[in-house]
Amino acid sequence: MFVSAKGGETAIENSIRLLAQRRRGDLSVEQVSSSQIVEQLGLAVDRVMAEAALWEPITAAHAIQQARGDLVEAVFLLRAWRTTLPRQAFSKALATENMRLERRISAIFKDIPGGQVLGPTFDYTHRLLEEIEEDPSPPSPPEQLHVEDLMRNVPTVARLLEDVDLMQRETPENSGHVPFDITRESIRFPADRDQRLQLLGRGDEGFLLSLAYSVQRGFGGNHPFVGELRVGWVMIEVELEELDLVISLGEVRITECQTVHQFISTSDQPPQFTRGYGLVVGHNERKAIAMAIVDRALRSKELGESIQFPAQDEEFVLAHLDNVQASGFVSHLKLPHHVDFQSELHLLRCLRAAHSAKTYSTSEGTEL
Amino acid sequence: MRERSYNFGYLDEATKRSLRRAILKSVAIPGHQIPFGSREMPIAFGWGTGALQINCALLGPTDTLKVIDQGADDTVNAISLKKFLHRMTGVRLTEQTSQASVIQTRHRIPETPLRAGQIMVYQVPIPEPLRFLEPREIETRKLHAYGEYGAMYLKLYEDLAHHGESKSSYDHPVTVNGYRLSAPSPIPKFDNPKLHHSPALQLFGAGREQRCYAIPPYTNVESLSFQDHPFRVQSWEQSCEQCGSNNSFLDELIVDDSGKRRFVCSDTDYCHQQLSKLL
Repeated sequence: MFVSAKGGETAIENSIRLLAQRRRGDLSVEQVSSSQIVEQLGLAVDRVMAEAALWEPITAAHAIQQARGDLVEAVFLLRAWRTTLPRQAFSKALATENMRLERRISAIFKDIPGGQVLGPTFDYTHRLLEEIEEDPSPPSPPEQLHVEDLMRNVPTVARLLEDVDLMQRETPENSGHVPFDITRESIRFPADRDQRLQLLGRGDEGFLLSLAYSVQRGFGGNHPFVGELRVGWVMIEVELEELDLVISLGEVRITECQTVHQFISTSDQPPQFTRGYGLVVGHNERKAIAMAIVDRALRSKELGESIQFPAQDEEFVLAHLDNVQASGFVSHLKLPHHVDFQSELHLLRCLRAAHSAKTYSTSEGTEL
Repeated sequence: MRERSYNFGYLDEATKRSLRRAILKSVAIPGHQIPFGSREMPIAFGWGTGALQINCALLGPTDTLKVIDQGADDTVNAISLKKFLHRMTGVRLTEQTSQASVIQTRHRIPETPLRAGQIMVYQVPIPEPLRFLEPREIETRKLHAYGEYGAMYLKLYEDLAHHGESKSSYDHPVTVNGYRLSAPSPIPKFDNPKLHHSPALQLFGAGREQRCYAIPPYTNVESLSFQDHPFRVQSWEQSCEQCGSNNSFLDELIVDDSGKRRFVCSDTDYCHQQLSKLL
């Protein structure tokens, strides 16, 4: 059946109905609920919230369901919802040193104050398919762990290196500095770190993962160590200046990664490690580590390193990491382009006519 | 659903044979990277899949296996890999270097000298020693073919010129059998001398990069250096706080919030052996 792009109203209507049918699937199979998705597919919910830049688990789950499990489509739905929400206030900078940790590891010291806490991780599972029972008994709880005892106020490993002057200290700019807001202003190049970190924080996980991997394989020229990876709950606080009051809005789960890289030194400063920083909403270690590596790669200019590879190129990375933009533009190629194409057809025919006229006259020439 | 069952050594026999052929080839051309059809394993790439595949092809029912990571038997990934290999082969496990017929390792060579008949299997992230000088495989293959290693010497020279010291503290490149430039895997420089004339067979597996290579027993292995700047290994002012050893590689532990440090042997088996000698 051919449906011309004009007058496609009924076609659209039918397409939407078909989509709804596909989404529901076989009617003899029970429909999943948003709360089932939140509880049992939590990492999908976290990824959608991170890339949509909105903490709203049940809505993210709803988006995943509506998108038939297409997470990039779900991010799009949640972003479109986010856009309708008014901006009430800026929170205070997150105090990740004070977060309630459920997982925290360092790859650079065997033992650290606060200890290495594995928490819930796939890392040391063997990737062998397990039997999932239809009506399983609840999983047995771990030994000697009280969920209420999540650690608080554990110093970061980065601070332990800063204290002995082995790593560059990074202090926030003076308190009067208003951070760039990528949701309210257009991206500006060269981008400062606030802009860059916001973009990386909600950038596409797959894109950042591959970029970070390219750095590790030699297309980026610096080797990362995971100084620390922490997952847990951090308080969101807002300062009400006129009342001289700080109120807590609640906690969100975040993943923070600080990577340690090789040295810089200047004539007036002895060599020090440099750092990459990754912070992602929800539990997403893969992205937090990748973000830190890419952040460090993008510091090349600031640190006086030569820029040779894609991951070091600020415009290449920052202009292409948003999957709502990228997915929209790539898929827009499905839209009708017949006017442009008609012009191309016309031009091509002219060029071919000119080409054959030329060939004809040349062959005539040889005959003479 | 039926219980899934697995072949001895997880991989099917045909795959194991293909791996053994690659291993034999690597032994025949010391230090040369042999491509092999690396498989997906139930462990993530980068976590030891190359060494794991070698072990799946290598282990027989009479072997005794030791697995270490950072020198230690009790580190989480060593335990995880050991558990997997044990489940898939049922081989005997040991923590004692001297008792093992096969030792899988990440980032260390045991302090206890190896003996003839033992096999070391190294986990390798980046098998190509020239990778960080030339990211493209097509180019590095040519450089090896021509024996054109000037860029590596230049890098070492630049480190010396800028820092007065080589910047590579681990994975310091070596020449194997007087010719082939090879990556010793990210072992600390401290361990490089142990590669030279080792009585053990040393196999290197890089699963993600689909390469394996070998240093056969009693092969010449030289760490790259200059005549006027000879190769030097790390040393410590401290001794191990547990066993008192002053000739082993030491880990630095941070023990409290004020940043207090302790130094102990990274090789846990060696540390235990030294301790039991004291008692």
